[in-house]
Amino acid sequence: MPGLSEVCSMTVLRADHVDLAYGGQRVLHGVSLSIAKGEIVTIVGPNGSGKSTLLRVLIGALSPGKGKVIRAPGLKIGYVPQRLHIDPTLPMTVRRFLNLPLRVADSAATQALERAGVPGAAGQQMGQLSGGQFQRVLLARAILSDPDILMLDEPTQGLDQPGSASFYRQIEEVRNRIGCAVLMVSHELHVVMSASDRVICLNGHICCEGTPEVVSAAPAYRELFGSGTQGALALYRHDHDHHHHADHEHNHSHEAAE
Amino acid sequence: MMLDDFLVRAALAGLGTALAAGLLGCFVVWRRMAYFGDATAHAAILGVAVALGLSVSVFAGVLGIALLMAMLIHVMSGRGVAMDTILGVLAHGALALGLVAVALIPGQRINLEAYLFGDILTVTRTDLAVIWGGALLVAGVLWRHWSALLTATLSPDLAYAAGIDPKREQLILTILLAIVVAVAIKVVGALLITALLIIPAASARNLARTPEAMAAIATGIGAVAALGGLWLSLTLDSPVGPSIVCVASAIFAATAVSGRVFARAT
Repeated sequence: MPGLSEVCSMTVLRADHVDLAYGGQRVLHGVSLSIAKGEIVTIVGPNGSGKSTLLRVLIGALSPGKGKVIRAPGLKIGYVPQRLHIDPTLPMTVRRFLNLPLRVADSAATQALERAGVPGAAGQQMGQLSGGQFQRVLLARAILSDPDILMLDEPTQGLDQPGSASFYRQIEEVRNRIGCAVLMVSHELHVVMSASDRVICLNGHICCEGTPEVVSAAPAYRELFGSGTQGALALYRHDHDHHHHADHEHNHSHEAAE
Repeated sequence: MMLDDFLVRAALAGLGTALAAGLLGCFVVWRRMAYFGDATAHAAILGVAVALGLSVSVFAGVLGIALLMAMLIHVMSGRGVAMDTILGVLAHGALALGLVAVALIPGQRINLEAYLFGDILTVTRTDLAVIWGGALLVAGVLWRHWSALLTATLSPDLAYAAGIDPKREQLILTILLAIVVAVAIKVVGALLITALLIIPAASARNLARTPEAMAAIATGIGAVAALGGLWLSLTLDSPVGPSIVCVASAIFAATAVSGRVFARAT
Protein backbone atom coordinates (compact mmCIF):
# COMPACT_ATOMS: atom_id res chain seq x y z
CA MET A 1 0.00 0.00 0.00
CA PRO A 2 1.39 3.41 -0.95
CA GLY A 3 2.16 5.90 1.78
CA LEU A 4 -0.16 8.82 2.43
CA SER A 5 2.08 11.44 0.86
CA GLU A 6 2.44 9.38 -2.27
CA VAL A 7 -1.32 9.03 -2.59
CA CYS A 8 -1.80 12.75 -2.13
CA SER A 9 0.65 13.55 -4.87
CA MET A 10 -1.30 11.55 -7.44
CA THR A 11 -3.20 14.17 -9.39
CA VAL A 12 -6.29 12.87 -11.17
CA LEU A 13 -7.42 16.09 -12.77
CA ARG A 14 -5.85 19.47 -13.33
CA ALA A 15 -7.04 22.75 -14.85
CA ASP A 16 -4.32 25.05 -16.07
CA HIS A 17 -5.12 28.76 -16.47
CA VAL A 18 -8.57 28.15 -17.87
CA ASP A 19 -10.32 31.10 -19.50
CA LEU A 20 -13.86 30.87 -20.80
CA ALA A 21 -16.14 33.47 -22.34
CA TYR A 22 -19.85 32.92 -22.84
CA GLY A 23 -21.77 35.26 -25.12
CA GLY A 24 -19.06 37.90 -24.90
CA GLN A 25 -18.91 37.68 -21.12
CA ARG A 26 -15.86 36.43 -19.32
CA VAL A 27 -17.09 33.69 -17.04
CA LEU A 28 -13.83 32.11 -15.98
CA HIS A 29 -10.39 33.64 -16.05
CA GLY A 30 -7.09 32.17 -15.06
CA VAL A 31 -8.57 29.25 -13.13
CA SER A 32 -5.96 26.68 -12.12
CA LEU A 33 -6.66 23.83 -9.80
CA SER A 34 -5.70 20.24 -9.29
CA ILE A 35 -7.39 17.41 -7.50
CA ALA A 36 -5.49 14.57 -5.91
CA LYS A 37 -6.62 10.98 -5.60
CA GLY A 38 -9.11 10.46 -2.79
CA GLU A 39 -9.44 14.14 -1.96
CA ILE A 40 -12.78 15.91 -1.36
CA VAL A 41 -12.73 19.38 -2.86
CA THR A 42 -15.64 21.76 -2.78
CA ILE A 43 -16.06 24.78 -5.01
CA VAL A 44 -18.12 27.51 -3.40
CA GLY A 45 -19.09 30.84 -4.83
CA PRO A 46 -22.04 33.16 -5.27
CA ASN A 47 -24.60 32.74 -8.06
CA GLY A 48 -23.11 33.42 -11.47
CA SER A 49 -19.57 32.90 -10.25
CA GLY A 50 -18.92 30.23 -12.88
CA LYS A 51 -19.05 27.18 -10.61
CA SER A 52 -21.18 25.01 -12.87
CA THR A 53 -19.36 26.29 -15.93
CA LEU A 54 -16.05 25.23 -14.42
CA LEU A 55 -17.42 21.76 -13.71
CA ARG A 56 -18.70 21.48 -17.29
CA VAL A 57 -15.26 22.46 -18.54
CA LEU A 58 -13.73 19.75 -16.38
CA ILE A 59 -16.05 17.00 -17.69
CA GLY A 60 -15.37 18.10 -21.27
CA ALA A 61 -18.79 19.55 -22.10
CA LEU A 62 -17.26 22.97 -22.74
CA SER A 63 -13.86 23.65 -24.17
CA PRO A 64 -11.93 26.48 -22.56
CA GLY A 65 -11.07 29.51 -24.68
CA LYS A 66 -7.60 29.55 -23.22
CA GLY A 67 -5.73 27.20 -20.94
CA LYS A 68 -6.30 23.48 -20.75
CA VAL A 69 -7.70 20.64 -18.73
CA ILE A 70 -5.38 17.73 -18.08
CA ARG A 71 -6.83 14.40 -17.06
CA ALA A 72 -4.93 11.41 -15.79
CA PRO A 73 -4.78 8.87 -18.63
CA GLY A 74 -7.89 6.68 -18.72
CA LEU A 75 -9.60 8.81 -16.10
CA LYS A 76 -13.12 7.64 -15.30
CA ILE A 77 -15.50 10.39 -14.25
CA GLY A 78 -18.68 9.82 -12.28
CA TYR A 79 -20.83 12.85 -12.89
CA VAL A 80 -23.91 13.90 -10.94
CA PRO A 81 -25.58 16.80 -12.73
CA GLN A 82 -27.33 19.64 -11.00
CA ARG A 83 -30.64 18.65 -12.48
CA LEU A 84 -31.66 15.88 -14.78
CA HIS A 85 -34.89 16.31 -16.64
CA ILE A 86 -36.20 13.04 -18.00
CA ASP A 87 -38.76 13.69 -20.68
CA PRO A 88 -42.08 12.15 -19.63
CA THR A 89 -42.23 10.35 -22.97
CA LEU A 90 -39.13 8.36 -22.01
CA PRO A 91 -39.96 5.41 -19.77
CA MET A 92 -37.01 4.59 -17.54
CA THR A 93 -36.76 2.33 -14.55
CA VAL A 94 -34.02 2.94 -12.00
CA ARG A 95 -32.44 -0.39 -12.92
CA ARG A 96 -32.34 0.49 -16.62
CA PHE A 97 -30.93 3.92 -15.84
CA LEU A 98 -28.03 2.32 -13.98
CA ASN A 99 -27.13 0.48 -17.21
CA LEU A 100 -26.29 3.77 -18.93
CA PRO A 101 -23.96 4.00 -20.68
CA LEU A 102 -22.58 0.55 -19.83
CA ARG A 103 -24.50 -2.50 -18.77
CA VAL A 104 -23.78 -3.53 -15.18
CA ALA A 105 -24.46 -6.75 -13.33
CA ASP A 106 -27.50 -6.98 -11.07
CA SER A 107 -25.30 -7.50 -8.02
CA ALA A 108 -23.29 -4.35 -8.79
CA ALA A 109 -26.47 -2.35 -9.32
CA THR A 110 -27.92 -3.54 -6.02
CA GLN A 111 -24.70 -2.70 -4.21
CA ALA A 112 -24.51 0.77 -5.75
CA LEU A 113 -28.09 1.53 -4.76
CA GLU A 114 -27.34 0.40 -1.22
CA ARG A 115 -24.20 2.53 -1.03
CA ALA A 116 -26.08 5.54 -2.35
CA GLY A 117 -28.76 5.03 0.27
CA VAL A 118 -31.66 3.89 -1.91
CA PRO A 119 -31.79 0.11 -1.58
CA GLY A 120 -34.72 -1.50 -3.32
CA ALA A 121 -35.42 1.36 -5.73
CA ALA A 122 -34.45 -0.68 -8.80
CA GLY A 123 -37.96 -1.39 -10.03
CA GLN A 124 -39.29 2.16 -9.75
CA GLN A 125 -39.78 4.60 -12.59
CA MET A 126 -37.31 7.50 -12.46
CA GLY A 127 -40.14 9.97 -12.84
CA GLN A 128 -41.82 8.75 -9.67
CA LEU A 129 -38.86 9.19 -7.32
CA SER A 130 -38.73 11.96 -4.75
CA GLY A 131 -36.07 14.63 -5.10
CA GLY A 132 -33.77 12.99 -2.56
CA GLN A 133 -34.19 9.51 -4.02
CA PHE A 134 -33.56 10.86 -7.50
CA GLN A 135 -30.25 12.46 -6.47
CA ARG A 136 -29.21 9.25 -4.75
CA VAL A 137 -29.96 7.24 -7.87
CA LEU A 138 -27.82 9.68 -9.85
CA LEU A 139 -25.08 9.09 -7.29
CA ALA A 140 -25.50 5.32 -7.58
CA ARG A 141 -25.14 5.51 -11.36
CA ALA A 142 -22.08 7.71 -11.02
CA ILE A 143 -20.27 5.30 -8.71
CA LEU A 144 -21.09 2.26 -10.86
CA SER A 145 -18.45 3.16 -13.43
CA ASP A 146 -15.89 2.73 -10.62
CA PRO A 147 -14.82 6.36 -11.08
CA ASP A 148 -11.48 7.89 -10.25
CA ILE A 149 -13.29 11.12 -9.52
CA LEU A 150 -16.88 11.93 -8.62
CA MET A 151 -18.10 15.31 -9.77
CA LEU A 152 -21.26 16.70 -8.31
CA ASP A 153 -22.94 19.92 -9.35
CA GLU A 154 -25.12 21.28 -6.55
CA PRO A 155 -26.26 17.73 -5.84
CA THR A 156 -28.58 18.63 -3.00
CA GLN A 157 -30.69 21.23 -4.71
CA GLY A 158 -34.27 20.84 -3.61
CA LEU A 159 -33.40 18.81 -0.53
CA ASP A 160 -34.10 20.12 2.94
CA GLN A 161 -31.22 20.69 5.32
CA PRO A 162 -31.23 17.32 7.09
CA GLY A 163 -31.65 15.71 3.66
CA SER A 164 -28.61 17.43 2.21
CA ALA A 165 -26.55 16.82 5.33
CA SER A 166 -27.24 13.11 5.05
CA PHE A 167 -26.55 13.22 1.31
CA TYR A 168 -23.10 14.71 1.93
CA ARG A 169 -22.40 12.12 4.60
CA GLN A 170 -23.29 9.50 1.99
CA ILE A 171 -20.75 11.00 -0.39
CA GLU A 172 -18.08 10.90 2.27
CA GLU A 173 -18.92 7.27 2.93
CA VAL A 174 -18.76 6.45 -0.76
CA ARG A 175 -15.38 8.12 -0.99
CA ASN A 176 -14.12 6.12 1.96
CA ARG A 177 -15.34 2.91 0.35
CA ILE A 178 -14.15 3.30 -3.22
CA GLY A 179 -11.35 5.78 -2.68
CA CYS A 180 -12.30 8.16 -5.48
CA ALA A 181 -11.61 11.87 -5.46
CA VAL A 182 -14.67 14.08 -5.09
CA LEU A 183 -15.20 17.49 -6.62
CA MET A 184 -18.40 19.26 -5.64
CA VAL A 185 -20.01 22.53 -6.42
CA SER A 186 -22.23 23.98 -3.77
CA HIS A 187 -23.59 27.11 -2.26
CA GLU A 188 -24.58 25.43 0.97
CA LEU A 189 -21.47 26.53 2.76
CA HIS A 190 -22.33 25.48 6.24
CA VAL A 191 -23.22 21.93 5.28
CA VAL A 192 -20.64 21.24 2.67
CA MET A 193 -17.51 22.82 4.01
CA SER A 194 -17.17 20.56 6.97
CA ALA A 195 -17.18 17.49 4.75
CA SER A 196 -14.40 18.82 2.51
CA ASP A 197 -10.65 18.41 2.68
CA ARG A 198 -10.22 21.56 0.67
CA VAL A 199 -12.46 24.43 -0.34
CA ILE A 200 -12.02 26.59 -3.41
CA CYS A 201 -13.78 29.92 -3.36
CA LEU A 202 -14.64 30.94 -6.92
CA ASN A 203 -15.89 34.20 -8.33
CA GLY A 204 -14.84 34.10 -11.98
CA HIS A 205 -11.34 33.54 -10.70
CA ILE A 206 -10.14 31.67 -7.62
CA CYS A 207 -10.42 34.08 -4.70
CA CYS A 208 -8.94 31.81 -2.10
CA GLU A 209 -8.52 28.15 -1.32
CA GLY A 210 -7.47 25.92 1.50
CA THR A 211 -8.95 23.89 4.32
CA PRO A 212 -12.48 24.89 5.36
CA GLU A 213 -11.05 26.67 8.42
CA VAL A 214 -8.58 28.68 6.36
CA VAL A 215 -11.12 29.66 3.71
CA SER A 216 -13.88 30.63 6.10
CA ALA A 217 -11.41 32.95 7.85
CA ALA A 218 -10.06 34.45 4.63
CA PRO A 219 -10.96 38.09 3.93
CA ALA A 220 -11.88 37.34 0.30
CA TYR A 221 -14.35 34.71 1.43
CA ARG A 222 -15.90 36.96 4.04
CA GLU A 223 -16.24 39.69 1.47
CA LEU A 224 -18.27 37.37 -0.76
CA PHE A 225 -20.39 35.66 1.83
CA GLY A 226 -20.24 37.87 4.88
CA SER A 227 -19.47 36.34 8.22
CA GLY A 228 -23.06 35.32 8.92
CA THR A 229 -22.48 31.70 8.04
CA GLN A 230 -19.79 31.25 10.64
CA GLY A 231 -22.12 30.27 13.43
CA ALA A 232 -24.00 27.75 11.31
CA LEU A 233 -20.75 26.26 10.08
CA ALA A 234 -19.43 25.84 13.55
CA LEU A 235 -22.69 24.43 14.83
CA TYR A 236 -22.84 21.96 12.01
CA ARG A 237 -19.25 20.89 12.58
CA HIS A 238 -20.07 20.30 16.16
CA ASP A 239 -23.04 18.14 15.29
CA HIS A 240 -21.26 16.35 12.49
CA ASP A 241 -18.19 15.55 14.50
CA HIS A 242 -20.33 14.30 17.27
CA HIS A 243 -21.25 11.38 15.02
CA HIS A 244 -17.94 10.65 13.43
CA HIS A 245 -14.97 11.93 15.33
CA ALA A 246 -16.04 12.30 18.91
CA ASP A 247 -12.46 12.91 19.99
CA HIS A 248 -12.35 16.20 18.09
CA GLU A 249 -15.47 17.49 19.69
CA HIS A 250 -13.79 19.63 22.23
CA ASN A 251 -11.65 21.25 19.62
CA HIS A 252 -14.64 22.39 17.59
CA SER A 253 -16.79 23.46 20.49
CA HIS A 254 -13.94 25.78 21.14
CA GLU A 255 -14.14 27.00 17.57
CA ALA A 256 -17.87 27.54 17.88
CA ALA A 257 -17.30 29.78 20.85
CA GLU A 258 -14.95 32.03 18.89
CA MET B 1 -43.58 -16.17 -56.93
CA MET B 2 -44.87 -14.54 -53.83
CA LEU B 3 -43.44 -11.11 -54.69
CA ASP B 4 -45.45 -11.10 -57.91
CA ASP B 5 -48.51 -10.20 -55.90
CA PHE B 6 -48.71 -6.41 -55.53
CA LEU B 7 -50.47 -6.84 -52.20
CA VAL B 8 -47.61 -8.89 -50.79
CA ARG B 9 -45.14 -6.25 -51.97
CA ALA B 10 -47.26 -3.53 -50.41
CA ALA B 11 -47.45 -5.39 -47.11
CA LEU B 12 -43.70 -5.98 -47.04
CA ALA B 13 -43.03 -2.32 -47.88
CA GLY B 14 -45.32 -1.28 -45.03
CA LEU B 15 -43.60 -3.63 -42.58
CA GLY B 16 -40.11 -2.40 -43.53
CA THR B 17 -41.14 1.20 -43.07
CA ALA B 18 -42.83 0.39 -39.77
CA LEU B 19 -39.61 -1.19 -38.49
CA ALA B 20 -37.42 1.84 -39.28
CA ALA B 21 -39.99 4.46 -38.31
CA GLY B 22 -40.99 2.70 -35.10
CA LEU B 23 -37.44 2.52 -33.79
CA LEU B 24 -36.31 5.97 -34.88
CA GLY B 25 -39.67 7.44 -33.89
CA CYS B 26 -38.89 6.75 -30.23
CA PHE B 27 -35.92 9.10 -30.39
CA VAL B 28 -37.99 11.65 -32.31
CA VAL B 29 -40.51 11.60 -29.46
CA TRP B 30 -37.96 11.54 -26.62
CA ARG B 31 -35.94 14.40 -28.09
CA ARG B 32 -38.98 16.37 -29.23
CA MET B 33 -37.89 16.35 -32.84
CA ALA B 34 -41.38 16.18 -34.37
CA TYR B 35 -40.99 19.50 -36.18
CA PHE B 36 -37.51 18.47 -37.21
CA GLY B 37 -39.07 15.39 -38.79
CA ASP B 38 -41.73 17.48 -40.51
CA ALA B 39 -39.21 19.85 -42.06
CA THR B 40 -37.06 16.98 -43.30
CA ALA B 41 -40.04 15.07 -44.66
CA HIS B 42 -41.53 18.08 -46.44
CA ALA B 43 -38.21 18.70 -48.15
CA ALA B 44 -38.74 15.32 -49.80
CA ILE B 45 -41.09 16.91 -52.38
CA LEU B 46 -38.26 19.18 -53.40
CA GLY B 47 -36.18 16.03 -53.65
CA VAL B 48 -38.74 14.54 -56.04
CA ALA B 49 -38.50 17.63 -58.24
CA VAL B 50 -34.71 17.49 -58.22
CA ALA B 51 -34.78 13.79 -59.08
CA LEU B 52 -37.11 14.39 -62.05
CA GLY B 53 -35.09 17.39 -63.21
CA LEU B 54 -31.80 15.50 -63.09
CA SER B 55 -33.31 12.21 -64.27
CA VAL B 56 -32.00 10.29 -61.27
CA SER B 57 -34.01 7.90 -59.11
CA VAL B 58 -36.61 9.48 -56.87
CA PHE B 59 -35.09 7.67 -53.92
CA ALA B 60 -31.69 9.28 -54.53
CA GLY B 61 -33.21 12.73 -55.02
CA VAL B 62 -35.30 12.50 -51.86
CA LEU B 63 -32.43 11.12 -49.80
CA GLY B 64 -30.09 13.87 -51.01
CA ILE B 65 -32.44 16.77 -50.33
CA ALA B 66 -33.66 15.31 -47.03
CA LEU B 67 -30.03 14.95 -45.95
CA LEU B 68 -29.31 18.56 -46.93
CA MET B 69 -32.33 19.80 -45.01
CA ALA B 70 -31.54 17.66 -41.97
CA MET B 71 -27.94 18.88 -41.92
CA LEU B 72 -29.08 22.49 -42.26
CA ILE B 73 -31.36 22.09 -39.22
CA HIS B 74 -28.65 20.21 -37.35
CA VAL B 75 -26.18 23.06 -37.84
CA MET B 76 -28.74 25.70 -36.92
CA SER B 77 -29.96 23.89 -33.82
CA GLY B 78 -26.54 24.32 -32.22
CA ARG B 79 -26.79 28.09 -32.34
CA GLY B 80 -29.58 28.75 -29.90
CA VAL B 81 -32.00 30.36 -32.37
CA ALA B 82 -35.75 30.00 -31.79
CA MET B 83 -35.95 26.55 -33.33
CA ASP B 84 -39.71 26.20 -33.24
CA THR B 85 -40.22 29.15 -35.57
CA ILE B 86 -37.26 28.34 -37.80
CA LEU B 87 -38.48 24.78 -38.24
CA GLY B 88 -41.95 26.03 -39.12
CA VAL B 89 -40.45 28.27 -41.79
CA LEU B 90 -38.23 25.51 -43.16
CA ALA B 91 -40.95 22.85 -43.15
CA HIS B 92 -43.49 24.88 -45.07
CA GLY B 93 -40.96 26.73 -47.18
CA ALA B 94 -39.46 23.46 -48.37
CA LEU B 95 -42.88 22.00 -49.13
CA ALA B 96 -43.99 25.06 -51.12
CA LEU B 97 -40.69 25.24 -52.97
CA GLY B 98 -40.98 21.58 -53.82
CA LEU B 99 -44.54 21.96 -55.14
CA VAL B 100 -43.51 24.92 -57.30
CA ALA B 101 -40.41 23.12 -58.56
CA VAL B 102 -42.40 20.03 -59.53
CA ALA B 103 -44.83 22.18 -61.50
CA LEU B 104 -41.99 23.92 -63.33
CA ILE B 105 -40.34 20.76 -64.61
CA PRO B 106 -40.99 20.72 -68.35
CA GLY B 107 -42.71 17.81 -69.97
CA GLN B 108 -43.45 16.01 -66.73
CA ARG B 109 -46.96 15.32 -65.66
CA ILE B 110 -46.41 13.51 -62.42
CA ASN B 111 -48.93 12.22 -59.99
CA LEU B 112 -48.11 14.56 -57.15
CA GLU B 113 -50.56 12.88 -54.83
CA ALA B 114 -48.44 9.74 -54.89
CA TYR B 115 -45.54 11.65 -53.34
CA LEU B 116 -47.66 13.61 -50.90
CA PHE B 117 -49.70 10.70 -49.56
CA GLY B 118 -47.80 7.62 -50.69
CA ASP B 119 -48.48 5.01 -53.33
CA ILE B 120 -47.77 1.72 -51.66
CA LEU B 121 -49.74 -0.39 -54.17
CA THR B 122 -47.27 0.38 -56.97
CA VAL B 123 -44.19 -0.67 -55.00
CA THR B 124 -41.77 -2.55 -57.26
CA ARG B 125 -39.20 -5.15 -56.32
CA THR B 126 -36.51 -2.51 -56.55
CA ASP B 127 -38.49 -0.22 -54.23
CA LEU B 128 -38.83 -3.11 -51.85
CA ALA B 129 -35.09 -3.72 -51.85
CA VAL B 130 -34.45 -0.01 -51.18
CA ILE B 131 -37.05 0.13 -48.39
CA TRP B 132 -35.73 -2.97 -46.60
CA GLY B 133 -32.12 -2.01 -47.20
CA GLY B 134 -32.76 1.41 -45.64
CA ALA B 135 -34.82 -0.04 -42.79
CA LEU B 136 -32.17 -2.60 -41.87
CA LEU B 137 -29.48 0.07 -42.05
CA VAL B 138 -31.46 2.29 -39.67
CA ALA B 139 -32.14 -0.61 -37.30
CA GLY B 140 -28.48 -1.70 -37.38
CA VAL B 141 -27.08 1.74 -36.64
CA LEU B 142 -29.59 2.27 -33.83
CA TRP B 143 -28.66 -1.12 -32.37
CA ARG B 144 -24.96 -0.28 -32.37
CA HIS B 145 -25.38 3.20 -30.92
CA TRP B 146 -28.35 2.53 -28.70
CA SER B 147 -26.70 3.13 -25.34
CA ALA B 148 -24.75 6.19 -26.44
CA LEU B 149 -27.83 7.67 -28.11
CA LEU B 150 -29.91 7.06 -25.03
CA THR B 151 -27.31 8.62 -22.72
CA ALA B 152 -26.99 11.66 -24.96
CA THR B 153 -30.78 11.94 -25.10
CA LEU B 154 -31.06 11.90 -21.31
CA SER B 155 -28.40 14.53 -20.78
CA PRO B 156 -25.57 15.81 -22.99
CA ASP B 157 -23.47 16.41 -19.87
CA LEU B 158 -23.84 12.81 -18.69
CA ALA B 159 -22.70 11.78 -22.16
CA TYR B 160 -19.65 14.06 -22.09
CA ALA B 161 -18.66 12.80 -18.67
CA ALA B 162 -18.84 9.23 -19.99
CA GLY B 163 -16.68 10.10 -23.00
CA ILE B 164 -19.57 10.15 -25.48
CA ASP B 165 -19.86 13.09 -27.87
CA PRO B 166 -23.57 14.03 -27.85
CA LYS B 167 -23.17 16.16 -30.99
CA ARG B 168 -21.98 13.12 -32.89
CA GLU B 169 -24.96 11.10 -31.68
CA GLN B 170 -27.30 13.90 -32.71
CA LEU B 171 -25.70 13.88 -36.16
CA ILE B 172 -26.29 10.14 -36.44
CA LEU B 173 -29.98 10.60 -35.66
CA THR B 174 -30.15 13.41 -38.22
CA ILE B 175 -28.78 11.17 -40.97
CA LEU B 176 -31.04 8.29 -39.97
CA LEU B 177 -34.03 10.61 -40.15
CA ALA B 178 -33.20 11.49 -43.75
CA ILE B 179 -32.94 7.79 -44.58
CA VAL B 180 -36.32 7.06 -43.02
CA VAL B 181 -37.87 9.88 -45.04
CA ALA B 182 -36.47 8.41 -48.24
CA VAL B 183 -37.66 4.93 -47.26
CA ALA B 184 -41.15 6.03 -46.25
CA ILE B 185 -42.09 8.44 -49.04
CA LYS B 186 -43.37 5.66 -51.29
CA VAL B 187 -45.37 4.16 -48.44
CA VAL B 188 -47.11 7.08 -46.70
CA GLY B 189 -45.90 10.14 -48.63
CA ALA B 190 -44.11 13.26 -47.51
CA LEU B 191 -47.01 14.72 -45.56
CA LEU B 192 -47.59 11.70 -43.33
CA ILE B 193 -44.07 10.46 -42.63
CA THR B 194 -43.91 12.28 -39.31
CA ALA B 195 -47.15 10.57 -38.32
CA LEU B 196 -45.53 7.19 -38.86
CA LEU B 197 -42.58 8.27 -36.71
CA ILE B 198 -44.53 9.74 -33.84
CA ILE B 199 -47.81 7.87 -33.48
CA PRO B 200 -46.49 4.31 -32.93
CA ALA B 201 -43.86 5.59 -30.46
CA ALA B 202 -46.39 7.72 -28.60
CA SER B 203 -48.79 4.75 -28.42
CA ALA B 204 -46.03 2.49 -27.12
CA ARG B 205 -45.17 5.00 -24.38
CA ASN B 206 -48.45 4.23 -22.67
CA LEU B 207 -47.56 0.55 -22.41
CA ALA B 208 -43.80 0.49 -21.79
CA ARG B 209 -41.60 0.66 -18.70
CA THR B 210 -38.20 0.79 -20.39
CA PRO B 211 -36.88 2.46 -23.53
CA GLU B 212 -36.24 -0.90 -25.19
CA ALA B 213 -39.77 -2.11 -24.50
CA MET B 214 -41.10 1.13 -25.96
CA ALA B 215 -39.06 0.68 -29.13
CA ALA B 216 -40.18 -2.93 -29.56
CA ILE B 217 -43.83 -2.10 -28.94
CA ALA B 218 -43.63 0.91 -31.29
CA THR B 219 -42.32 -1.33 -34.06
CA GLY B 220 -45.11 -3.82 -33.43
CA ILE B 221 -47.77 -1.11 -33.44
CA GLY B 222 -46.30 0.31 -36.66
CA ALA B 223 -46.54 -3.12 -38.27
CA VAL B 224 -50.15 -3.60 -37.16
CA ALA B 225 -51.01 -0.13 -38.45
CA ALA B 226 -49.36 -0.81 -41.79
CA LEU B 227 -51.19 -4.10 -42.36
CA GLY B 228 -54.43 -2.83 -40.83
CA GLY B 229 -54.30 0.30 -42.99
CA LEU B 230 -53.72 -1.77 -46.09
CA TRP B 231 -56.71 -3.93 -45.24
CA LEU B 232 -58.83 -0.88 -44.44
CA SER B 233 -58.01 0.73 -47.75
CA LEU B 234 -58.93 -2.42 -49.67
CA THR B 235 -62.20 -2.70 -47.77
CA LEU B 236 -63.21 0.97 -48.04
CA ASP B 237 -61.36 1.73 -51.26
CA SER B 238 -59.62 4.56 -49.42
CA PRO B 239 -56.05 5.83 -50.01
CA VAL B 240 -53.53 3.54 -48.31
CA GLY B 241 -51.18 6.07 -46.63
CA PRO B 242 -53.92 7.97 -44.81
CA SER B 243 -55.61 4.68 -43.91
CA ILE B 244 -52.41 3.47 -42.23
CA VAL B 245 -52.20 6.69 -40.22
CA CYS B 246 -55.87 6.37 -39.26
CA VAL B 247 -55.30 2.88 -37.86
CA ALA B 248 -52.19 4.09 -36.00
CA SER B 249 -54.18 6.97 -34.50
CA ALA B 250 -56.92 4.61 -33.40
CA ILE B 251 -54.29 2.43 -31.67
CA PHE B 252 -52.90 5.52 -29.98
CA ALA B 253 -56.34 6.42 -28.65
CA ALA B 254 -56.84 2.88 -27.38
CA THR B 255 -53.47 2.70 -25.61
CA ALA B 256 -53.92 6.16 -24.10
CA VAL B 257 -57.20 5.06 -22.53
CA SER B 258 -55.97 1.63 -21.43
CA GLY B 259 -52.66 3.11 -20.22
CA ARG B 260 -54.56 5.49 -17.99
CA VAL B 261 -56.81 2.74 -16.67
CA PHE B 262 -53.73 0.59 -16.05
CA ALA B 263 -51.93 3.42 -14.26
CA ARG B 264 -54.93 3.93 -12.02
CA ALA B 265 -55.18 0.23 -11.25
CA THR B 266 -51.56 -0.07 -10.05
